[in-house]
Amino acid sequence: MTEFAQLLVIGLLVGSVVGLGAMGLTLSFGIMKFANFSHGDMMTLGMFLAFAVVGNWGVRGPVMEPFSIPVGLILGVGFAAVGVAVLAASVDRVVYRRLRRRGSATITMAIASLGIAIMLRAVIQLIWGPLPKRYVTGINPSWRLPGDILIKPDQVLIILLTLLLAVALYLLMYRTRLGKAMRATADNAELADIAGIDTERIRLATWMIAGAFIAVAGVMFAVQAQLRFDAGFEFLLPMFAATILGGIGNPWGALVGGLVVGISQETSTYWIPSGFKHGVPFIILIAMLLTRPRGLFGSTF
Amino acid sequence: MSALLEVTDIHAGYGDVKIVHGISLSVAPSEIVTIIGPNGAGKSTLLKAIFGTLRPSQGTVTLDGRDVTGLPAHEMVQAGAAFVPQTNNVFPSLSIRENLEMGAFRRSGGVSQRMEELLVQFPDLARRPGELAMRLSGGQRQALAMCRALMLDPRLLLVDEPTAALSPVMRQQLFAQIQSIRDTGVAILMVEQNAREALEISDRGYVLVNGQVALEQTGRELLDNPDVGRMFLGRVDLGDGESSS
Repeated sequence: MTEFAQLLVIGLLVGSVVGLGAMGLTLSFGIMKFANFSHGDMMTLGMFLAFAVVGNWGVRGPVMEPFSIPVGLILGVGFAAVGVAVLAASVDRVVYRRLRRRGSATITMAIASLGIAIMLRAVIQLIWGPLPKRYVTGINPSWRLPGDILIKPDQVLIILLTLLLAVALYLLMYRTRLGKAMRATADNAELADIAGIDTERIRLATWMIAGAFIAVAGVMFAVQAQLRFDAGFEFLLPMFAATILGGIGNPWGALVGGLVVGISQETSTYWIPSGFKHGVPFIILIAMLLTRPRGLFGSTF
Repeated sequence: MSALLEVTDIHAGYGDVKIVHGISLSVAPSEIVTIIGPNGAGKSTLLKAIFGTLRPSQGTVTLDGRDVTGLPAHEMVQAGAAFVPQTNNVFPSLSIRENLEMGAFRRSGGVSQRMEELLVQFPDLARRPGELAMRLSGGQRQALAMCRALMLDPRLLLVDEPTAALSPVMRQQLFAQIQSIRDTGVAILMVEQNAREALEISDRGYVLVNGQVALEQTGRELLDNPDVGRMFLGRVDLGDGESSS
């Protein structure tokens, strides 16, 4: 039982990272109406931009006990969030907006994003090399919870930060003018324009939010793992699974979908060899597409 | 009388398919103008080209003397016009209140007050502002779409077939609503299939055929015009002995 509970904790952790990344993915999917295949590599870029701060430039400062992370990583997260946000918005200006104006099909946009993904990964590899990196060396000693469940302070931080960002996104989407306009644009972009909303600005804002969220997800993942140039790409399929599970365009659905992906994948290793665990979320996804094709919570797509 | 909206020799279409071929029309302040015509005459395309959801390939549109040709739709809103499309004219996953807030996106203050003013006529919308638009009936959606368009106090309202999906009773209500909107000083340019009822409340009307203006007369003259009667009003016999031969 302890073993299963331990897997549940790990699943919650993986699910948090997947869910946080999927929240941004589902926002851009719902508003731009195409699947952004560069989302995973934007995640990698976020990881490495934070590494630029704490690694390349050596802005570290003291370690914040009980966590293993240095103060400089707070700056690193901020830099990564802003950097990826600006990149995502710039790519829209240079690439996607042109395609939109030309009336390109969504599949064209999706393939263009795949091109961006490959370029991003190559540039990351060019700058930071193919070898794995770390923000911190040394270990983050675990806390022992009742029932002999182990959890690291860093992992608690990741789960709490995910919840905090989910609440922040909820408030943005339902309480602010910008968020409501984003939902309106996802519903019907032409009508949003007719109502007086500058939908191009809404799209830019959406890219920036999606970019910031995926950058934070990337840094959070890398805090307790290695930075590799293809780490984000490996998250792409789980994030799409979470997006579709929760219903495209629905951030809460994406978060819950992410938790379903993370928890099902990790707890499955209680019964099956861990080599098969990455397939488990997709079995759930297929089962759900057959029974509830619009996702757990409905889709705006 | 100087025109509020002045459309001159406008051409528009989709890609290589040209639909509107050099239409000119005008709408004076507080005037109701109806466009009628057979299917495919270019009525909806004309409205889209005027409002900027479709870029005209030629011609000019002026609003209050200002050249607004080819401005994107959200800037037309800024310039004082509003548009209610025929279908998909509400945000389904937004609440009634949020739909109206989107109509007032460019307004900073007085949103709630304007909302209350507009909803007075629609108690069933006013009663449940949190209801999602997707749960509303066809008539309620149309009413919500009209209110959304009026949130910014436009001087010109373009309406595309507002009664297309409505029952006869709801149709009467909607035409009454359009008249009361006009009475607040808003000019209305409407495309309508229920030509008789629309022309009865219209100051003037245009008949569009094949992307061109075939006829321009007052609402009364069009109603009395035997050719118009035969083609668009479904009139074979007026009942007063006059035949539409």
